[in-house]
Amino acid sequence: MVGYRRIVVKVNGVQYEREVEPRRLLVDFLRDDLELIGTHVGCEHGICGACTVLFNGRTARSCLMFAVQADGAEVMTVESLAENGKLHPIQEAFREHHGLQCGFCTPGMLMTTYEFLNENPDPSEEEVRKAISGVLCRCTGYKQVIDSVMAAAAEMKGK
Amino acid sequence: MKPSAFEYFTPNTVEEAVGLLEKYEDEAKILAGGQSLVPIMNFRLGRPEVLIDINGIRDLDYIKEEGDDLLIGALTRQRDVELSPRVQEKCPILAEAVSFIGHVPIRNRGTIGGSLVHADPSSELTTVICCLDGEMKVVGPPGDRTLGPEEFFLTYLTTSLEPSEILVEVRIPTLPQNTGWSFVELSRRVSDFAIVGVATLLFMEDGGICKEARIALGGVAPTPIRAEEAEELLAGQKITDALIVKAGEEAAEIAEAEPDYHASAEYRKDMARVFVQRGLREALNKVRGGE
Repeated sequence: MVGYRRIVVKVNGVQYEREVEPRRLLVDFLRDDLELIGTHVGCEHGICGACTVLFNGRTARSCLMFAVQADGAEVMTVESLAENGKLHPIQEAFREHHGLQCGFCTPGMLMTTYEFLNENPDPSEEEVRKAISGVLCRCTGYKQVIDSVMAAAAEMKGK
Repeated sequence: MKPSAFEYFTPNTVEEAVGLLEKYEDEAKILAGGQSLVPIMNFRLGRPEVLIDINGIRDLDYIKEEGDDLLIGALTRQRDVELSPRVQEKCPILAEAVSFIGHVPIRNRGTIGGSLVHADPSSELTTVICCLDGEMKVVGPPGDRTLGPEEFFLTYLTTSLEPSEILVEVRIPTLPQNTGWSFVELSRRVSDFAIVGVATLLFMEDGGICKEARIALGGVAPTPIRAEEAEELLAGQKITDALIVKAGEEAAEIAEAEPDYHASAEYRKDMARVFVQRGLREALNKVRGGE
């Protein structure tokens, strides 16, 4: 039968060593093996964006990768954003501007925004709309999400 | 919704990958970016027994120039193609087409080679490669061969790759000065699958005459197709709007569109007309802006 593989992966700065079956999706590895349940699993085919994480510094759908592919890689999940109980400015902006209701899409929204604002610290509203279009939210109608990202950009730029 | 079990290999060279393909043939699938393959596996529409993960073959990831061509390694991420200053300068239509693929996280993983061998006829890369007359270099047990778009794309999701062959490089001509270009598409939402995608190139000569025109359509036939009769209408002419209108009508004639839940065949065909006209106007504006 198909054997397990030993992988070493750094998640949010912590090194983990685990045995995984090759078919184990990265998102299931994060949630079930490492118990990092901040990353959500929605559609499981790359459409909804809830499972978005940073893989070696770039956003990726963790439902479209296998955990074995993360061997030797660095992964950043939503759990890494807040430091010492203090919310990241992006999280603070989402809280302030009601950028979430049920919270299901939020990890995807936050990680997408994190990469986007790194690359484009002074975005137009149009650019924000395009940037978050890969994450589906069924609650907010996106208006508050856009407000949140714009506010986060302003806050982070001011620093 | 989880993939079925498979055996997993991580070759470090093309030779090793080809060796594995030779051994497992149809049982094996190459895993590159995984942005089309993994959804298929999650849905269990595909159950490969063996996955050959080529992400470790780092020397398949490059963008370089050779003479008047760009050479792009098959494992180059779509996002790197899109953001490459070299691609933006030498072949801007390619960067533009790639920017329509999925969303940033998809392009961060998805590769140029993976998209081409997946051969979805509505894909931006298949359409733009068809327009540019790019060449696919494949390696198999007997050695290399190079295939143009018409030899490479056979039908829906099917290329002429043999089970033990692997795509290693795409050769793409750079655009000469005084070339008008556009990539336009119709989709239901930003970055969704294209209902119709159109790539156009207008090679102009002095005096505003179009020396050669190329029009490629995606999403309206089992492979991307060139609208050759519409291209002939434009070649050697000073391009007027009346000519563009006619070229659009002519191009739509070749569409063998199938209906699906996004669009009826008639709508697809009519949108082929509209988007060819729109694309040609945009290409012409670009070259005029450059004069």
